Amino acid sequence: MSVVVRGLTKHYGADHAPAVSDVTFQAPTGGITALLGPSGAGKSTVLRAIAGLERVDAGNVIIEGQDCSNTRIQDRNVGFVFQNYALFDHMTVADNIGFGLRIRGRNRSKIDQRVTELLELIQLPEMRRRFPAELSGGQRQRIAFARALAVEPKVLLLDEPFGALDVKVRVELREWLRKLHDEIRITTLLVTHDQLDAFEVAEHVVVLFDGKVAQAGAPHTIYDKPVTSRVAQFIGGGNMMATGARATRTLTALRDSGYPHASEQHGQVQVLVRPQDLRLAKPTQETLAEELGVVEQLRRIGGYMRVTVRLADGQDVEVECPKSQLDELGITQGDRVRVDVREAKVFVNDYAI
Amino acid sequence: MDTVRLRRTTRKRIAVTAQGAAPIRWFLCGLALACVGVLLVLPLIAVFVNAFSQGAAAYLKNVSHPETLYAIKLTLLTAAIAVPLNTAFGIAAAWLIAKFDFRGKNVLVTVIDLPFSVSPVVSGLLFVLLFGRQGWLGPWLSDRDIKIIFAVPGIVLATIFVTFPFVAREVLALLQTQDSNSEEAALTLGASPWQMFWHVTLPKAKWSILYGTILCNARAMGEFGAVSVVSGHIRGMTNTIPLHVEILYNEYNFVGAFAAASVLALLAVLTLVLKRYVEWRAAK
Repeated sequence: MSVVVRGLTKHYGADHAPAVSDVTFQAPTGGITALLGPSGAGKSTVLRAIAGLERVDAGNVIIEGQDCSNTRIQDRNVGFVFQNYALFDHMTVADNIGFGLRIRGRNRSKIDQRVTELLELIQLPEMRRRFPAELSGGQRQRIAFARALAVEPKVLLLDEPFGALDVKVRVELREWLRKLHDEIRITTLLVTHDQLDAFEVAEHVVVLFDGKVAQAGAPHTIYDKPVTSRVAQFIGGGNMMATGARATRTLTALRDSGYPHASEQHGQVQVLVRPQDLRLAKPTQETLAEELGVVEQLRRIGGYMRVTVRLADGQDVEVECPKSQLDELGITQGDRVRVDVREAKVFVNDYAI
Repeated sequence: MDTVRLRRTTRKRIAVTAQGAAPIRWFLCGLALACVGVLLVLPLIAVFVNAFSQGAAAYLKNVSHPETLYAIKLTLLTAAIAVPLNTAFGIAAAWLIAKFDFRGKNVLVTVIDLPFSVSPVVSGLLFVLLFGRQGWLGPWLSDRDIKIIFAVPGIVLATIFVTFPFVAREVLALLQTQDSNSEEAALTLGASPWQMFWHVTLPKAKWSILYGTILCNARAMGEFGAVSVVSGHIRGMTNTIPLHVEILYNEYNFVGAFAAASVLALLAVLTLVLKRYVEWRAAK
């Protein structure tokens, strides 16, 4: 119950669609909550509203049971980490980290002590006297974390904190954040457009589309039981069997395997199958014509193979499987294969059934 | 600061494109140097040559003439009032324009540029029309025995008006290119808006403020047109160095005129050296 956002609404202009519309969710105490969504979904607006950096048209932000909708930014006691670090370039690393404490008028030796502690925590003890311009992106972002943590905020707000970093540093910093959080257990909200950030770091995920909450829950729940096809696609990618006849045909195949019944009488039907939920097999005597496909392309991604198969109805599907498995089957480009569906998600009128 | 950066990249680009075109490069460099020499360096030398044409003693006598000394004092006083005021106004205006959206913002931006686009003589005339004896506020002022036109306050006002845009423009250019994230970070860390401004914004804009201030100072000391209109040219009362130079020159006191001019030139050179230093520091 540490951070509760209730009915948050924000327009940037009278003639624009709302950037955020009636957003309600809870971020559990001591956990990491990810606000996940494509760019323009309103994630940052929500985060900035929690910090007080953004005025909202309606709604409340409740931090530890206290409604801070009318609290000034400097009194909210939140830590905010920006995508571009936003360090004070004219101050040393130590002065950056100690800034919040100096503002609060703490005495010099206490500040020094706290700065030392934090530099240990972010594993950059030797950087004390450096200036931000002398540090790498990953180091700067860690300094920004330390600066935000120095004042012992009630909540830590991270706005795309890995967004400006290259992939390797991004992965490292993500793991580092996970470990850091295990140590200090501060309620954290993380804004990201990258589902990997969300899934690897967060215990709770709030998916936002077009300024509205599309789904909220544990990462595995969202992955396994996406409520709409849009969430499903955004989270995991995969093969969307389009509406109409194609979907029906896929459904015919699925029905036999005991998947939810749906027909076009219910409305628009979509079927989503993730690449790793499809299995390739050599065709046998009993294989029906519509289950057959032709291997169009094989791509190796590390130990995995990504295979593009053109189905009998002309649709391409992506199949992912270990390379060893493919070698055993001896499948190569141009082969005829049978595609088995292990698991699929069926949506009618964009809602999961 | 941005102009500095721009100038650097341009220089680099020119160097690249000019490779293998040495004759053109030499020609252009020669042309530029010739222009600079004839139009800038030669006149500067001429000022000093003329000032010392009757020897150092005559030069010193002229420079230490009470009226010249007074003109120097008045010029420095005017700059000392106009520059700090315009620095404060400029920072405030730039901050307002860069960080806030409000009605009439475009009008404000245009008004800031007004002194650049209006002829200084017209600027001076504006003050005469406003505060002069026949002006709008003239009767009210003379009832209370307040003298603005043909007095020091008028000179200071005209100078402030003419030099208003320098700091505002420099600082605005910087603030508009930078996002507000570090300011926002300061706020979330518990800083009040004033603390944020003092600890984050001001240090960030330090070099452009200084640069703007130097330009402002150069113009404040050298301004002729606007000041000439409001001054009345009363020796030892309302004469700044540029006005004094003109008066002496018109009286055929060439050594005196050039001696006074040399003081102004020295102040200008000093300002330029300071400007180069600030540019160098800012680029670092």
